[in-house]
Amino acid sequence: MQLSGAEIVVRCLQEEGVDHVFGYPGGAVLFLYDELFKQDKVKHVLVRHEQAAVHAADAYARSTDKVGVALVTSGPGVTNAITGIATAYMDSIPLVILTGQVPTYAIGEDAFQECDTVGITRPCVKHNFLVKDVSDLALTIKKAFYIAATGRPGPVVVDIPKDITAHKAEFAYPKSIAMRSYNPVVKGHAGQIKKAIKLLLEAKRPMIYTGGGVILGDASAELAQLVRLLDFPCTNTLMGLGGFPATDRHFLGMLGMHGTYEANMAMQHCDVLLAVGARFDDRVIGNPKHFFEQPRKIVHIDIDPASISKRVKVDVPVVGNVREVLKELTRQIEAARGGPDKEALKAWWTQIELWRGRDCLKYDRTSAIIKPQFVIEKLYEVTKGDAFVTSDVGQHQMWAAQFYKFDKPRRWINSGGLGTMGVGLPYAMGVQMAHPKATVACVTGEASVQMCIQELSTCKQYRLPVKLVNLNNRYMGMVRQWQEFFHGNRYSESYMDALPDFVKLAEAYGHVGMRIEKPADVEPALKEAFSRKKDLVFLDFITDQTENVFPMVPGGKGLSEMILV
Amino acid sequence: MRHIISVLLENEAGALSRVAGLFSARGYNIESLTVAPTEDETLSRMTIVTSGSDDIIEQINKQLNKLVDVVKVVDLSEGGHIERELMLVKVRAVGKDREEMKRMADIFRGRIIDVTDKDYTIELTGPGSKLDAFLKAIDQVAILETVRTGASGIGRGDRILKV
Repeated sequence: MQLSGAEIVVRCLQEEGVDHVFGYPGGAVLFLYDELFKQDKVKHVLVRHEQAAVHAADAYARSTDKVGVALVTSGPGVTNAITGIATAYMDSIPLVILTGQVPTYAIGEDAFQECDTVGITRPCVKHNFLVKDVSDLALTIKKAFYIAATGRPGPVVVDIPKDITAHKAEFAYPKSIAMRSYNPVVKGHAGQIKKAIKLLLEAKRPMIYTGGGVILGDASAELAQLVRLLDFPCTNTLMGLGGFPATDRHFLGMLGMHGTYEANMAMQHCDVLLAVGARFDDRVIGNPKHFFEQPRKIVHIDIDPASISKRVKVDVPVVGNVREVLKELTRQIEAARGGPDKEALKAWWTQIELWRGRDCLKYDRTSAIIKPQFVIEKLYEVTKGDAFVTSDVGQHQMWAAQFYKFDKPRRWINSGGLGTMGVGLPYAMGVQMAHPKATVACVTGEASVQMCIQELSTCKQYRLPVKLVNLNNRYMGMVRQWQEFFHGNRYSESYMDALPDFVKLAEAYGHVGMRIEKPADVEPALKEAFSRKKDLVFLDFITDQTENVFPMVPGGKGLSEMILV
Repeated sequence: MRHIISVLLENEAGALSRVAGLFSARGYNIESLTVAPTEDETLSRMTIVTSGSDDIIEQINKQLNKLVDVVKVVDLSEGGHIERELMLVKVRAVGKDREEMKRMADIFRGRIIDVTDKDYTIELTGPGSKLDAFLKAIDQVAILETVRTGASGIGRGDRILKV
């Protein structure tokens, strides 16, 4: 049967099992919206700005193992979506973004709401397509989902001119697909795995460091099994939190610029490092020269060969799906005669416990002003550690990462790579859409939250009972902290003047607002907010303006050169 | 070090800009880049001449392989290979220089492919260094215009790049 391009798109989404599309209509996508209107399998979520559509789809993907889908119109619809796409790209999130385009005959004529979508998005997508013939449409969408979800995941843009959505073609959705130019590796090389095991079993001071790859590769169970089998210490990157249970004694906390003392010291002083689905970025290992002053052997498991030996030369690269490789490692170590060196390990753990005893995350608990760390600790208690927590970017993000103990993967949703302020609220929407019954908290700050504040309206429309935990210190806190440390206390443009009354603002959007000014009120307020199962509650915590995030590895310094409290 | 990299990629709109964009986004050098369809019209073959440390070249190879349109990548400079470049040079050829220019073209195994009473257009192929040598050997003032294709390369013997 002949279907229109618009019908084909909707049928493809149904075939892919897409239940939510986040988007915003416009001229170039009117036929698509018309087809969405005629069916009820694919639910459309109307955001208030295209950036939020992509962020929400991104969080939908992060909190499930599905591909997120966003739909925007041509021109400004696309340019608004770019921040969302770049955010997803930096964190390797599987997304398909359908973009409207002016009709094929108008492309290149500077038509109304025309932009070179394929050109503009090229540097921030895994791949993109411009569909020029309706008979290619179904296959292109199939490819888009396949590319987005496999290998190292990432966003894929499909640009669809308006006339293509009106033209007709025979519809057949391919069941499977093979591309000669795209064949992601799955299994790790057997020889490399053998070498890795040899190194791991010879280690005197081992360390396991894991990143977002463990979350995206759904490998947390396999990771936990390996860590416990070996009795090695484990740290997670910001993107990797929840990949290993934070309450397990093998866990040393997050590492990196604001990582714990014990994690950074162990990372610096280990003799064998197993890196899993992590990429040794600048916020994680500090100054690479300093990192290499200490000799160590590195095993690196990653699905993306280009991530291996990019910033740091490794001794044993293993390219493959992290889950498959971890399984294989565990299987072979269990089968091997003799395990790790127990004596050496005991001495290493003694050293680590000494570092842990430094209690690097301590803060003033007697303060009469609300300490932001205290709010996160209480949030953890009140939600029994079982919430989905999204965050924006800045100090609050670091405190959430340090003080909320994530025991499960896909619970901590934040922008690690691009560091996009404004993601928190749309992320919370995406998560709540994917998990309607779950508790969703958005840890944010008064600066970040204003970057996508219009989405409070979307939350009202879809009755999303998100809880916003606003750590309001009247500053762009992380900017202020750097200005205090490195720019002689000159707080250039980092003070948030003329703030709105967030309680009234929440109420204006039809939500509940609460302002909390005393430490004693923190817990009761959180309890009340989380007991309101149906309401979005905006909790405006007036926190200490001068609080800084510690430990801190200053830019250009080595991992063990932390500023401590 | 100078490397010459051959890439087989899908012959699709935008494939060239993906490669060019990759090089500019990651700050890699491009000395020259040539591309044309192959005998299989669904594939294009590209020759990139670049330079960089071993680490950079390793990343260039990996990043090229990561592009979804790229089917195969070979660093020709890792083994025996031949490279050729085509140059067209328009030179002034009047008076006694006219005969001299013809002689120089012959010595470099060039061919005169267009003639007027004032100038010659000479076609020359060879490795880049030979083309450079020709330009140095003739009277600099006589050079009116040059155009070069950049290097194309192929492996020696049974080193074959094919899908």
